[in-house]
Amino acid sequence: MSDTAIPAQTPFRLSMLIYDRRYRSLTFQVIVFILVMAFGWWLISNTIENLRVLGKDFNFGFLFQRAGYDIPQPPIPYTSDDTHLRAAVVGVLNTLIVTVLGCIAATVLGVIVGVARLSNNWLFARLMTIYVEAFRNVPLLLWILVVFSVFREVLPPPNAFRGENATASMIFFDNVALTNRYTAIPTLGMTNDPGSLDLGWRITISWATIAFAVALIGGWLVHRAIANWAQKTQDQTGSRPTTWWMSLAVMTVPSLLLIWYFGLHLIPPEMKGFNFVGGLNISNGLVALWLALTLYTAAFIAEIVRAGILAISKGQSEASFALGISPRRTMSLVVLPQALRVIIPPLISQYLNLMKNSSLAIAVGFMDLKGTLGGTTLNQTGRELESILLMMGIYLILSLIISAGMNYFNSRVKLKER
Amino acid sequence: MKKSIFLGTVAAATLTAGMGMADTLADVKARGELNCGVNTGLVGFAAPDANGNWTGFDVDVCKAVAAAVLGDPAKVKYVPTTGQTRFTALASGEVDVLARNSTWTFSRDTDLKLDFAGVNYYDGQGFMVSKDLGVTSAKELDGATVCIQTGTTTELNLADYFKANNMTYTPVNIDSNAEGEQQYMAGACDAYTTDASGLAATRAAFADPENHIILPEIISKEPLGPAVRHGDSNWGDIVRWTLYALIAAEEYGITSKNIEELAKSSQNPEVQRLLGTTDDLGAMIGLDKEWARRAIAASGNYGEIFAANIGEQTPIGLARGLNAQWTQGGLMYAMPFR
Repeated sequence: MSDTAIPAQTPFRLSMLIYDRRYRSLTFQVIVFILVMAFGWWLISNTIENLRVLGKDFNFGFLFQRAGYDIPQPPIPYTSDDTHLRAAVVGVLNTLIVTVLGCIAATVLGVIVGVARLSNNWLFARLMTIYVEAFRNVPLLLWILVVFSVFREVLPPPNAFRGENATASMIFFDNVALTNRYTAIPTLGMTNDPGSLDLGWRITISWATIAFAVALIGGWLVHRAIANWAQKTQDQTGSRPTTWWMSLAVMTVPSLLLIWYFGLHLIPPEMKGFNFVGGLNISNGLVALWLALTLYTAAFIAEIVRAGILAISKGQSEASFALGISPRRTMSLVVLPQALRVIIPPLISQYLNLMKNSSLAIAVGFMDLKGTLGGTTLNQTGRELESILLMMGIYLILSLIISAGMNYFNSRVKLKER
Repeated sequence: MKKSIFLGTVAAATLTAGMGMADTLADVKARGELNCGVNTGLVGFAAPDANGNWTGFDVDVCKAVAAAVLGDPAKVKYVPTTGQTRFTALASGEVDVLARNSTWTFSRDTDLKLDFAGVNYYDGQGFMVSKDLGVTSAKELDGATVCIQTGTTTELNLADYFKANNMTYTPVNIDSNAEGEQQYMAGACDAYTTDASGLAATRAAFADPENHIILPEIISKEPLGPAVRHGDSNWGDIVRWTLYALIAAEEYGITSKNIEELAKSSQNPEVQRLLGTTDDLGAMIGLDKEWARRAIAASGNYGEIFAANIGEQTPIGLARGLNAQWTQGGLMYAMPFR
């Protein structure tokens, strides 16, 4: 009699969905899934229903209609006869310009301030603390407006530069004028213009620009090769050849030759009519936005850098000092490279924040993506839903690109654990 | 079970949301308050005074509609809107009527799904410059920096005007009239452009209005009027005929002072119909008999409203011009009340 007691199979009951551990998690997942889907369905159907009641359709055809409005200083050729699509592209480019400029400046300033906050100089470290706290704890929009108002109220209007007894004068040998509208700087002129490369869509790049880019990048590559050769020689013979003059030569001589060949010269801005013409007028809106974004984001980056440095064990710098390495080189050769691994992941978030914060540009009249597609275009065409969705999509894509690039960089520098 | 109840609720909510848009009159009556979209602050047209009470030419249209519909001109909630937010505010139902010096254009009437109830001010776009600039005509503005409110018809007119005259300019995009004033006063732009009435109103608020001139060129037609959502014709009729009632009242000499007396004693059949002494016109638009009487009594007839807010006796000092009654050579013409 081998009646092994097989436990009777309990028949499935509905209550087991809640009380039986095997099913419970599944039950809740299904419920949550249904709720989320129902909410999404409700959002979409509500939108469709309301659009229907208003008698509006959903289409992006407006992007190909004539925009009809002007944008000050578009980075690519743009007139009011162009389409809303081109206006949106101008907006994207303006957003990118301020983002790139802001990220670079904020990183440089943030690293300096972050290191300075750890300085042994009491006064210097405290001043940096004040800077960080002041900028971290006041809304960015206020800083943008403050910087912009200061420019507007303190600097003279272009009028003041006019006439016999002008009350304001240009600086840097009459090359730069700071006004309350823009900073007028000289442009570059060429006596021997090689023409431009047409990229289509009315975007052109001067051959001179391409030539300079090639010269600089080529110079850099040769410099790297020279450095490698110097390292090799040092490894083999023990003495490092003097290479600084070779590097300097390959990096500058081609450019100098190109300057001579193209006959490059400065064309200073001059006061004519209402404004400075001939030069390049960088609007105060852009400068104020860039400066405020930089100062604001640098405060956060400074804290990240400080945290990264403090995360490196003190033994590292002590060991470095014991080897007789100077404090400055200790920081740049021992501490910072290790701190980078802690610094970069939160730095990515700051770059993303900076790009998204740049959408405050319209407060100072800078026409970024929010100002063109999400502002005037939205208003003139009345396509709120399409414009906002498109704008969200573009910001999302830009963010993902920045984040992908930074993640790649991070994977290069992070601690390799094998 | 749970799910079906939830979905049922959702469906019901969607349905009511959809239907709720259609009957603005019932909504306003149920709420007991009229939501009126106005300018964020343009002296003479719509601006809050020191005590926070809204006054102005557009505000009086709101008051007249509230008086006609709710019986009390004070039952208005003023929703300040910028050039950018106004039409969205109207389309989304945040406001019932938009009385915010908005230009009646083809695309706004059709593509934006608005209905303009009429014109309460015939305007045109002009330029204001500082006197010491030495400019006397808009044709001399080549190369100038011009302040312009984004999201307005003036932005498009400006681009067209400079292009047509082969001139260049640098636009400075601003968000509200107040910001435009600051920019202009600081010299951040050479000229400020908007509707000529808006320029006069802005200039009136300056400390030194005599140092600024409005150039003679009027570069566009800007018929300004109250707008409602497309699709609720009855509500559109109410706003349209309230506006006509104000205009007609001036034509027939009905003022806020003599209105009670005329309602009793006037022998003019047109006046009797308008004031509800004889026919019951109000019932045809879902209101009571005395709707127009209350609308006119709220701040007076069109002429009184004009004189009190933007007329020649006010700091803004606008002449009637195109906005005179048709009998005086102007364009103000109320359709017959019959």
